[in-house]
Amino acid sequence: MTDDERLDLAFLALADPVRRRIIARLSRGQATVNELAEPFAITKQAVSKHIQVLEQAGLVTRTRDAQRRPVHLNPARLEALTAWIDQYRLVREEQFRGLDAVLSTQAAARGPQAKDSS
Amino acid sequence: MSNALNLLVPEGLPFIDLDREFDHPVAEVFHAHKDPDLVAQWLGPRRLRLGVEQYDFRTGGSYRYTHTGPDGVDHVFSGVFHTVRENDFAIQTFEYDGYPDVVSIEFLTFQDLGGGRTRLSAHAVYPTMEARDGMVQSGMEGGLSEAYEQLEELLARAKV
Repeated sequence: MTDDERLDLAFLALADPVRRRIIARLSRGQATVNELAEPFAITKQAVSKHIQVLEQAGLVTRTRDAQRRPVHLNPARLEALTAWIDQYRLVREEQFRGLDAVLSTQAAARGPQAKDSS
Repeated sequence: MSNALNLLVPEGLPFIDLDREFDHPVAEVFHAHKDPDLVAQWLGPRRLRLGVEQYDFRTGGSYRYTHTGPDGVDHVFSGVFHTVRENDFAIQTFEYDGYPDVVSIEFLTFQDLGGGRTRLSAHAVYPTMEARDGMVQSGMEGGLSEAYEQLEELLARAKV
């Protein structure tokens, strides 16, 4: 499969709102099929089918540890696409990383045991 | 070390909850919220210019800032600080001029974890589900443009 074909598959997979919500949920951490099915008024089998589509598109992977088989995002492949879907989270994360940087700069400016607290 | 952002966007309820820890004392995290010069350094998405026109982080104070996008278009955000308690708690409103009359109320808690660490928690309440989802999906212009750039980069790589 070429990269173009893979990208087509990815976008096709994301054309479905249920699958976009599954991806958004997985961007917060791995989950089992049961956990992923919870918010939806559709059968677990239907959710499994959606996960298969995402898996074929390379967007998610499933580990085979015992019966749990949690579903993971494939972050390397999908960074840009998840960014697109989960912008809010990314904006906040970027803000907070900015806040980390500001705090570190401030702490450094004060120095180890600062002489004054201006 | 990078601290995880915990984000909860519940189904069917017009709330957003988030929390994030910082490896700095609560007084410093609070100060970075109070000092307009510092706020300007972290609040805006990196690629956008952020102009802070008004910022008074005190009970009864208000704020107004403008993000200028890569396309030169201004996006104005404003609100009031309903309650601000030093190193502890704040309530603020949030309104985006591109989505007028839709105001969210944000409750911020600064929690001292000891050992020079702080947990910042936010609970945001929206007037409707549509308002919340609109905010999550499109309210953040910076995230969108940045994401599109990343998407373009991905597409460019795929062509090679």
